[in-house]
Amino acid sequence: MDPIPLLQVKHLKKYFPVRKGIFSKRIGWVQAVEEISFHLHSGETLGLVGESGCGKTTVGRCILRLLEPDAGEIWFEGEDLLRMDAESLRKVRARLQIIFQDPYSSLNPRMTAGEIIAEPIRNHTRCSRKEIQDQVSFLMDKVGLHPEQAHRFPHEFSGGQRQRIGIARALALHPRLIICDEPVSALDVSIQAQVINLLVNLQEEMGLSYLFIAHDLSVVEHISDRVAVMYLGKIVELAKDTVLYSSPKHPYTEALLSAVPIPNPKMKKQRILLQGEIPSPINLPKGCRFYSRCSYRMDHCREVDPEFKDLGEGHWVACHLY
Amino acid sequence: MDSSKPQRSLIWIKFKRNRAALFGSFLILIYLAVALLAPVLFPGNPSAPNLMKSLERPSLKHPLGTDELGRSILGRILYGSRISLLIAIGVVCVGLLVGVPLGLISGYYGGKIDFVIQRVTDTLLAFPGFLLALALVAVLGVGLKNTIVSVGISMVPIYIRLVRGCTLGVREQTYVEAARAMGTRNGIILIRHILPNVLTPITIQTSLGMGTAILFAAGLGFLGIGVQPPTPEWGAMLGSGRAYLFNAPHVATFPGIAIFLAVLGFNLSGDGLRDILDPRFK
Repeated sequence: MDPIPLLQVKHLKKYFPVRKGIFSKRIGWVQAVEEISFHLHSGETLGLVGESGCGKTTVGRCILRLLEPDAGEIWFEGEDLLRMDAESLRKVRARLQIIFQDPYSSLNPRMTAGEIIAEPIRNHTRCSRKEIQDQVSFLMDKVGLHPEQAHRFPHEFSGGQRQRIGIARALALHPRLIICDEPVSALDVSIQAQVINLLVNLQEEMGLSYLFIAHDLSVVEHISDRVAVMYLGKIVELAKDTVLYSSPKHPYTEALLSAVPIPNPKMKKQRILLQGEIPSPINLPKGCRFYSRCSYRMDHCREVDPEFKDLGEGHWVACHLY
Repeated sequence: MDSSKPQRSLIWIKFKRNRAALFGSFLILIYLAVALLAPVLFPGNPSAPNLMKSLERPSLKHPLGTDELGRSILGRILYGSRISLLIAIGVVCVGLLVGVPLGLISGYYGGKIDFVIQRVTDTLLAFPGFLLALALVAVLGVGLKNTIVSVGISMVPIYIRLVRGCTLGVREQTYVEAARAMGTRNGIILIRHILPNVLTPITIQTSLGMGTAILFAAGLGFLGIGVQPPTPEWGAMLGSGRAYLFNAPHVATFPGIAIFLAVLGFNLSGDGLRDILDPRFK
């Protein structure tokens, strides 16, 4: 791995205002992302997991600046994306792509598959019609679609095929990093495996890096080199996937892992059932965010928010137990 | 929202089942045919007076009778269809060309520019549409061109509101976000992604708008501040027939029926299109 990471996120913050009443008075903030830092090396896959509403999608959107973060730095290939003007940002987006969760709403229903895949090429290069057509055929072939289907509209494809169109579109400009925002959670389980395998093969072939956002730990395990676990806008644990899955440190990660189904009905497994409610992200208690549901909680946890500490060998955790 | 070949045939089937829409488009077809074939159907000058034959009742020679200057009312109605068609198309073009881009910009960019455009639109919408057209004619002056411009401007706020509302919805679609992530420029997003997805309501509004345009133009003509005589314009004909309402009622009646049928045609088609293309509004 090269010493300078491909992507480095430092102290990223994104708050959403909560408005109410006829004058849309601001009554509070949702702390969607609070002080998140991580890095991603070239050719690596970082899994980002957490339950719904924990801010993982917001992190992905902020990195692409589809949402404007409130604070922090995002370094991509040695440049700070947050200090870029619109035109340089547009150019960077050729090397930084995204695959969306919903393959239905992410494709324009009025454009053909070919037009959709050609769009990034048309935006960033000056190719002739023939060259674009060749590239579209090449890309469709690469993601396992028939190039003859290029003139079809999105609704004529199945969910898995639509997601392949989305992948082809993301690949069109040979990006270095692709943010996969729950790319398989809208698909059938049988199709999920196909799409994941496709992503893995493409990574090996094209040297891609992925930020793989998901809520399903078993999916993330298969594809990731390292995994970050998010809870209510913060990363609570980050480690190599083998380490994280074999010896989770944070109580939340432990509980999450105990919920992963094992395909063996005879094997009995002790589940850690989380008690209590998730605190509202609008009025977060001071102290540890996981306090209300943690089985190891101490008085200290209610008062002081734990620091994100390095336990060695790149295993980071935010918990007072360590 | 989806468009494609099987969808298109479905639209055609729905259209054939919708009797009102079918009747409406039949009226429009007749209207278009009359406008195109007016010189064939009525050879001669519809504006040439013949005072010897003024205010004649319908006869074989003049099936709809003659007006106060002895001109054939049938001929004037046939030629008048050309004027009203020209007005309808012109008005809708003004509305579309000004209203659609402003609506797109207002809805897509939001913020200050949206605020400014919307406050202007509010002001224009505060006037009843016809009153606005009337006021504009008072400023611009009478005549065909000014009628088109005035009635056209009175339609602009309707298009702005409509397009803005639809744009607000489409803007939030993931494919618009995807386009931004692909590095598509805003102008191209508006044309390539948003405009095609707001076309349906625009089409419906255009059909309804043509009916309203004919009605407004006729209203201006009736008041004598629209298209000026001797141009055969339905509203003006109605207005001049008003003086003879008791001794020669046909002078005002037939242009009135012509206006009624043309407006009815566009309204029925517009309503039908809405039912077929946009089931949400049923």
